[in-house]
Amino acid sequence: MTGTAAIRRTRSIGRAELLLFWRNRTALFNALVVPVLIIGLVAIATAGSDAGRDDEVRGNALLTTGMLGFVLIYVVYYNLVTTYVARREELVLKRLRVGEVTDVEILAGTASPAIAIAAAQIVLFVVAGAVFLGLPVPVNAPVLILGALGGVGVFVILAVASSAFTRTVELAQITTLPVLLVCMLGSGLVIPLEVLPEPGADIARLLPLTPAVDLMRLGWLGTSGEDAPRDFLGVLGVATAPAMTLALWAALGVAAVRRWFRWEPRR
Amino acid sequence: MTNQAVIEVRGLSRRYGGAKGFEAVRGVSFSVERGELFALLGTNGAGKTSTLEIVEGLDRPSGGTVRVLGHDPFGQRPAVRPRIGVMLQEGGFPPDLTVAETVQMWAGTLTDPRPVAEALALVDLEHRASVRVKQLSGGERRRVDLALAILGRPEVLFLDEPTTGLDPESRRNTRRLIRSLLLDGVTVLLTTHYLEEAQELADRLAIMHRGEIVATGSLAEVVAAYPARVRFVLPDGVPPGRLPALPGASRLEVDTAGTGGAVTVHTHALQQTLTVLLAWAAERGVDLHGLDARSASLEEAFLSIAADESPLEVSP
Repeated sequence: MTGTAAIRRTRSIGRAELLLFWRNRTALFNALVVPVLIIGLVAIATAGSDAGRDDEVRGNALLTTGMLGFVLIYVVYYNLVTTYVARREELVLKRLRVGEVTDVEILAGTASPAIAIAAAQIVLFVVAGAVFLGLPVPVNAPVLILGALGGVGVFVILAVASSAFTRTVELAQITTLPVLLVCMLGSGLVIPLEVLPEPGADIARLLPLTPAVDLMRLGWLGTSGEDAPRDFLGVLGVATAPAMTLALWAALGVAAVRRWFRWEPRR
Repeated sequence: MTNQAVIEVRGLSRRYGGAKGFEAVRGVSFSVERGELFALLGTNGAGKTSTLEIVEGLDRPSGGTVRVLGHDPFGQRPAVRPRIGVMLQEGGFPPDLTVAETVQMWAGTLTDPRPVAEALALVDLEHRASVRVKQLSGGERRRVDLALAILGRPEVLFLDEPTTGLDPESRRNTRRLIRSLLLDGVTVLLTTHYLEEAQELADRLAIMHRGEIVATGSLAEVVAAYPARVRFVLPDGVPPGRLPALPGASRLEVDTAGTGGAVTVHTHALQQTLTVLLAWAAERGVDLHGLDARSASLEEAFLSIAADESPLEVSP
C-alpha cells in the first residue's frame, strides 16, 4: 500500500518533469542531439585508428559500449545537475518538501525523465549495434543490465551531490567539468584503458564510470577490452570487482548527499 | 478529553550557525485548539517564519518540543503531512508548467485531493488554468500556492503571509475563503503583516519580537495590556508642570525639542483621564492644540512592541 502510494507520488512529479523537459529546448538538445553528434564524431575518429585492427567487430563493440558510458555522464549526470539546481533555485524543491512526498521520492521523481531517456538510448544503441555493426548477442545479459542500471543509479546520486556545489544553472557547466572530463578520458570511452601507462590504468579503473562501462562490456562482449572474451560464468567472476567499485561510488555519493545536499538556495 | 490542542509548541528555540550562532527563536510556547485561527504577528525578523517552518516539519528545532495532531512534525512526517496543508512565505513552482498542470502535479502526490477545478475555483483562478506560471502576477502565484495548500482537504492549515502581494479584492476573497475553511472546522496558524487581517480573523494571537512571544491571548486580552494614548500641544507659557494629576495615567512624555511642548499621556483609564484634562483646560481657558485621543488597539500594541516598550514597564 505504501509502495504503490510512493510510486504514484514519484510518477506525478516525473510526469511534470517530463513536460518541463519537453518545453526546455536546451535540455532537449543536450539530451537528444548532443549524444548523437558526439557518437558521430567519435565514430569517425576511431574508424581511422581502428583501420589497422584485425578484429573490426570488436572495435565496433568497444565503441558502442563506450557510447553507453557517454549517455550516463551526459544525459543522466550533466542534465540532472542542471535540473536539480534549477528546481532548488526556483524554490520548487522547498515547496515539494512540505507535502506528502518523501525526500527520496522528490529526487527520484525529478530524475525519472532523464532515467527513462537514458534507458531508451541505451536500448537503442544496443539494438543499433546489433543491427548495423553486426555485434554479437550479449554473453551475459544480467551483467549488461546491472552495469546500465548501476551506472544510471550512481550518476543520479552524483548529480544530486554535485548540485550542492553548484550555485546557479549556468555554473553547472563548470562544476560538472571535472567529472565529465575525467570520466570521458579515463574510462575507456575515447582512449582504450590498455594504452594508458601502468598506474594510470589502475587509477582509471577506480573512476565511477569505468566499472559501469566495464560491466556493460563484460555482459555484452565477455571482455572489457584487454582479455579474450569469456563465457556466461567466466564473466560473473571478473564482474565482481567492477560491481564492488560501482557500489562503493553509490555509497560515497549517498554520504556526500547526506552531508552537503541543500533543499533551498543559500541566502 | 478537554485537551483539544491541535498544535502544541513548548519552549521552542532555533539557532542558526552552530552554538555561537544567531538565535532566531528563543523559547516560544503556544498552543492552537481545534477549529481556531491563531495569528502569529511580529516585526520583520521576529522569528515568525522560522517558528512556522519548524511547526510545519521543514526544520528540526534546536530546543523544545513541537506536536502537531499529537505527532512530531519533523520526525513523523508521514503521520502528519496527509492531514496538513502548507503555504510557505516563499514557495516556488516550475515556471514552464501551466496553473492546471501545477495543481494536477500536486494532486498526484496527495492521499485525498480535491478535484483540480474545485481547488482553482476556490482561489478564483479557473480562468487562468491554462496559463504558464511564469506569466502570472505575484498575487496570482500566491493564490496558486493557496490552492495547493487546501488541495488535500487539510485538517490544519499553515499560512505564512497568504495575502502579501495581493490586490485588495483578492485579499478580501482570500479572507472569505479562510473564514469558510474555519467554518468547516479547519484549524489555521497564520502569519500576516496586516493587523486588520488578524483583528478580523484571529480567535487568538501572539506577537513576536526578537525571537520571543511578548504578548499573547485573545485580541481583547492583548490590547488590554497596552495603554490608551492622549496627545496635545500646550500653548506657549503653560509649562507641563501645571497639568493636573491625571487619573489612570501611567506615563507622561513631553517633547521639549518641538515648538511648544507636545505632550503624550499613556493611560489605562482613557475616559477619566480625558474628563479631568478637558475640565482643567476649560477652567483655565487653555487651548489644547491637536488634541488626539486613541483607545488601545492592536496597532498601538504592535507599534509599542516594535518600539521595544514592554507592557510591564507601564505601571501606575
